Amino acid sequence: MRVSVRLFATLREARGAELIEVELPEGTTAAGAFAALFDLPGLRVGYAVNAAFVSPDTPLAEGDELALLPPLGGG
Amino acid sequence: MFRIVDHPIDVAAVAAAVRHPGAGAVLVFEGVGRDNAEGRAVRSLAYEAWPEVAEREMAAIGAEAAARWPGARVAIVHRTGPVAIGEPSVVIAVSAPHRGEAYDASRWAIDTLKQRVPVWKKELYDDGAAWIANKGPDGSP
Repeated sequence: MRVSVRLFATLREARGAELIEVELPEGTTAAGAFAALFDLPGLRVGYAVNAAFVSPDTPLAEGDELALLPPLGGG
Repeated sequence: MFRIVDHPIDVAAVAAAVRHPGAGAVLVFEGVGRDNAEGRAVRSLAYEAWPEVAEREMAAIGAEAAARWPGARVAIVHRTGPVAIGEPSVVIAVSAPHRGEAYDASRWAIDTLKQRVPVWKKELYDDGAAWIANKGPDGSP
Protein backbone atom coordinates (compact mmCIF):
# COMPACT_ATOMS: atom_id res chain seq x y z
CA MET A 1 0.00 0.00 0.00
CA ARG A 2 1.14 3.53 -0.77
CA VAL A 3 1.56 5.82 2.24
CA SER A 4 3.02 9.30 2.55
CA VAL A 5 5.27 9.99 5.52
CA ARG A 6 5.78 13.45 7.01
CA LEU A 7 9.15 13.97 8.68
CA PHE A 8 10.39 16.52 11.19
CA ALA A 9 13.59 17.61 12.90
CA THR A 10 16.22 14.87 13.13
CA LEU A 11 14.23 12.52 10.87
CA ARG A 12 13.76 15.23 8.23
CA GLU A 13 17.50 15.87 8.31
CA ALA A 14 18.32 12.17 8.11
CA ARG A 15 16.14 11.67 5.03
CA GLY A 16 16.67 15.09 3.44
CA ALA A 17 12.94 15.59 2.88
CA GLU A 18 9.81 16.79 4.72
CA LEU A 19 7.42 14.41 2.96
CA ILE A 20 8.14 11.09 1.28
CA GLU A 21 6.02 8.49 -0.53
CA VAL A 22 6.62 4.86 0.42
CA GLU A 23 5.31 1.41 -0.45
CA LEU A 24 4.61 -0.72 2.62
CA PRO A 25 3.08 -4.17 3.12
CA GLU A 26 -0.64 -4.26 3.91
CA GLY A 27 -1.21 -4.14 7.65
CA THR A 28 2.00 -2.28 8.47
CA THR A 29 1.56 -0.34 11.71
CA ALA A 30 2.82 3.16 12.43
CA ALA A 31 5.71 1.74 14.46
CA GLY A 32 6.39 -0.82 11.77
CA ALA A 33 6.67 1.94 9.18
CA PHE A 34 9.15 3.84 11.37
CA ALA A 35 11.27 0.70 11.80
CA ALA A 36 11.17 0.04 8.06
CA LEU A 37 12.31 3.55 7.21
CA PHE A 38 14.85 4.31 9.92
CA ASP A 39 17.39 2.28 11.88
CA LEU A 40 16.95 4.31 15.07
CA PRO A 41 15.59 1.86 17.65
CA GLY A 42 16.54 4.15 20.54
CA LEU A 43 14.51 7.12 19.28
CA ARG A 44 11.12 7.42 20.97
CA VAL A 45 8.87 8.79 18.25
CA GLY A 46 5.23 9.76 18.38
CA TYR A 47 2.84 9.03 15.56
CA ALA A 48 0.00 10.77 13.78
CA VAL A 49 -2.13 9.44 10.94
CA ASN A 50 -3.97 12.01 8.86
CA ALA A 51 -3.10 14.63 11.50
CA ALA A 52 -4.57 12.69 14.44
CA PHE A 53 -2.24 11.33 17.13
CA VAL A 54 -2.30 7.54 17.25
CA SER A 55 -0.74 4.67 19.18
CA PRO A 56 2.32 2.91 17.70
CA ASP A 57 0.38 -0.26 16.87
CA THR A 58 -2.18 1.53 14.69
CA PRO A 59 -2.40 -0.14 11.28
CA LEU A 60 -1.96 2.08 8.23
CA ALA A 61 -4.20 2.10 5.17
CA GLU A 62 -3.67 2.96 1.51
CA GLY A 63 -3.38 6.70 1.05
CA ASP A 64 -2.78 7.53 4.71
CA GLU A 65 -0.39 10.29 5.72
CA LEU A 66 1.78 9.09 8.59
CA ALA A 67 3.69 11.70 10.58
CA LEU A 68 6.75 10.63 12.58
CA LEU A 69 7.27 12.94 15.55
CA PRO A 70 10.66 12.94 17.29
CA PRO A 71 10.68 13.85 21.01
CA LEU A 72 9.05 17.27 21.38
CA GLY A 73 11.05 20.38 22.21
CA GLY A 74 8.53 23.20 22.17
CA GLY A 75 8.29 25.96 24.73
CA MET B 1 -4.82 33.89 19.40
CA PHE B 2 -3.02 30.58 18.82
CA ARG B 3 -0.29 31.00 16.23
CA ILE B 4 2.95 29.63 14.90
CA VAL B 5 4.97 32.54 13.48
CA ASP B 6 8.32 32.79 11.77
CA HIS B 7 9.19 36.28 12.98
CA PRO B 8 9.84 37.93 16.37
CA ILE B 9 6.86 37.60 18.68
CA ASP B 10 4.89 40.77 19.50
CA VAL B 11 4.59 40.10 23.22
CA ALA B 12 2.28 43.05 23.86
CA ALA B 13 -0.12 41.80 21.20
CA VAL B 14 -0.34 38.38 22.86
CA ALA B 15 -1.15 40.03 26.20
CA ALA B 16 -3.68 42.31 24.53
CA ALA B 17 -5.46 39.24 23.14
CA VAL B 18 -6.48 38.18 26.67
CA ARG B 19 -6.82 41.56 28.38
CA HIS B 20 -10.41 42.62 29.09
CA PRO B 21 -12.29 44.60 31.74
CA GLY B 22 -13.37 41.48 33.66
CA ALA B 23 -9.81 40.22 34.10
CA GLY B 24 -8.21 41.28 37.37
CA ALA B 25 -5.01 39.41 36.56
CA VAL B 26 -2.98 39.24 33.37
CA LEU B 27 0.12 37.03 33.28
CA VAL B 28 2.61 36.77 30.46
CA PHE B 29 5.03 33.83 30.30
CA GLU B 30 7.96 34.12 27.90
CA GLY B 31 10.05 31.04 27.12
CA VAL B 32 13.40 32.62 26.33
CA GLY B 33 16.48 31.21 24.64
CA ARG B 34 19.07 30.57 27.34
CA ASP B 35 22.82 30.80 26.84
CA ASN B 36 23.67 27.47 28.47
CA ALA B 37 22.33 23.96 28.76
CA GLU B 38 23.80 20.84 30.40
CA GLY B 39 27.12 22.61 30.90
CA ARG B 40 27.48 23.71 27.27
CA ALA B 41 27.41 27.23 25.94
CA VAL B 42 24.45 27.65 23.60
CA ARG B 43 25.04 30.21 20.84
CA SER B 44 21.56 30.20 19.30
CA LEU B 45 18.43 28.13 18.88
CA ALA B 46 16.31 26.97 15.98
CA TYR B 47 12.71 25.81 16.18
CA GLU B 48 10.64 23.72 13.80
CA ALA B 49 6.89 23.04 13.96
CA TRP B 50 4.07 21.15 12.31
CA PRO B 51 2.09 24.38 12.06
CA GLU B 52 -1.49 23.23 11.47
CA VAL B 53 -1.41 20.63 14.21
CA ALA B 54 0.57 22.85 16.58
CA GLU B 55 -2.00 25.64 16.27
CA ARG B 56 -4.81 23.15 16.75
CA GLU B 57 -3.18 21.73 19.90
CA MET B 58 -2.46 25.21 21.28
CA ALA B 59 -6.10 26.17 20.73
CA ALA B 60 -7.17 22.97 22.51
CA ILE B 61 -4.92 23.86 25.45
CA GLY B 62 -6.57 27.28 25.56
CA ALA B 63 -10.05 25.75 25.50
CA GLU B 64 -9.17 23.23 28.22
CA ALA B 65 -7.73 25.99 30.41
CA ALA B 66 -10.92 28.02 30.04
CA ALA B 67 -12.94 24.98 31.07
CA ARG B 68 -10.74 24.17 34.09
CA TRP B 69 -10.41 27.75 35.31
CA PRO B 70 -13.70 29.50 34.54
CA GLY B 71 -13.13 33.01 33.31
CA ALA B 72 -9.58 32.31 32.16
CA ARG B 73 -8.51 33.40 28.68
CA VAL B 74 -5.35 32.12 27.02
CA ALA B 75 -3.30 33.20 24.01
CA ILE B 76 -0.23 31.31 22.77
CA VAL B 77 2.28 32.23 20.08
CA HIS B 78 5.30 30.02 19.29
CA ARG B 79 8.08 31.06 16.97
CA THR B 80 9.88 28.93 14.41
CA GLY B 81 13.19 29.42 12.63
CA PRO B 82 16.34 30.87 14.20
CA VAL B 83 15.91 32.38 17.68
CA ALA B 84 18.69 34.37 19.32
CA ILE B 85 19.67 33.94 22.96
CA GLY B 86 17.51 36.25 25.02
CA GLU B 87 14.64 36.26 22.54
CA PRO B 88 11.29 34.63 23.34
CA SER B 89 10.53 31.41 21.50
CA VAL B 90 7.06 31.12 23.03
CA VAL B 91 4.70 33.57 24.70
CA ILE B 92 1.69 32.43 26.71
CA ALA B 93 -0.64 35.15 27.99
CA VAL B 94 -3.32 34.25 30.52
CA SER B 95 -5.97 36.43 32.06
CA ALA B 96 -8.50 35.55 34.75
CA PRO B 97 -10.79 37.34 37.16
CA HIS B 98 -8.34 36.61 39.99
CA ARG B 99 -4.64 35.88 40.17
CA GLY B 100 -4.94 32.35 41.64
CA GLU B 101 -6.55 31.00 38.47
CA ALA B 102 -4.18 32.97 36.27
CA TYR B 103 -1.06 31.54 37.95
CA ASP B 104 -2.43 27.99 37.86
CA ALA B 105 -3.60 28.19 34.24
CA SER B 106 -0.35 29.77 33.11
CA ARG B 107 1.80 27.05 34.69
CA TRP B 108 -0.45 24.29 33.37
CA ALA B 109 -0.46 25.75 29.85
CA ILE B 110 3.33 25.82 29.42
CA ASP B 111 3.74 22.39 31.03
CA THR B 112 1.08 20.96 28.72
CA LEU B 113 2.45 22.69 25.60
CA LYS B 114 5.81 21.04 26.20
CA GLN B 115 4.18 17.60 26.19
CA ARG B 116 1.62 18.00 23.40
CA VAL B 117 2.46 20.63 20.81
CA PRO B 118 4.47 19.43 17.78
CA VAL B 119 7.44 21.78 17.96
CA TRP B 120 11.12 20.79 17.95
CA LYS B 121 14.15 22.68 19.29
CA LYS B 122 17.72 22.61 18.05
CA GLU B 123 20.58 24.04 20.15
CA LEU B 124 23.55 25.41 18.23
CA TYR B 125 26.97 25.30 19.91
CA ASP B 126 30.43 26.44 18.84
CA ASP B 127 31.26 22.87 17.85
CA GLY B 128 27.98 21.44 16.57
CA ALA B 129 24.24 21.29 17.17
CA ALA B 130 21.70 18.94 18.72
CA TRP B 131 17.95 18.42 18.75
CA ILE B 132 16.85 18.68 22.38
CA ALA B 133 13.85 16.85 23.86
CA ASN B 134 11.72 18.23 26.66
CA LYS B 135 11.79 16.25 29.87
CA GLY B 136 8.69 14.23 30.76
CA PRO B 137 6.07 15.56 33.19
CA ASP B 138 7.91 13.88 36.05
CA GLY B 139 11.25 15.35 34.99
CA SER B 140 12.46 12.19 33.28
CA PRO B 141 14.11 12.38 29.87
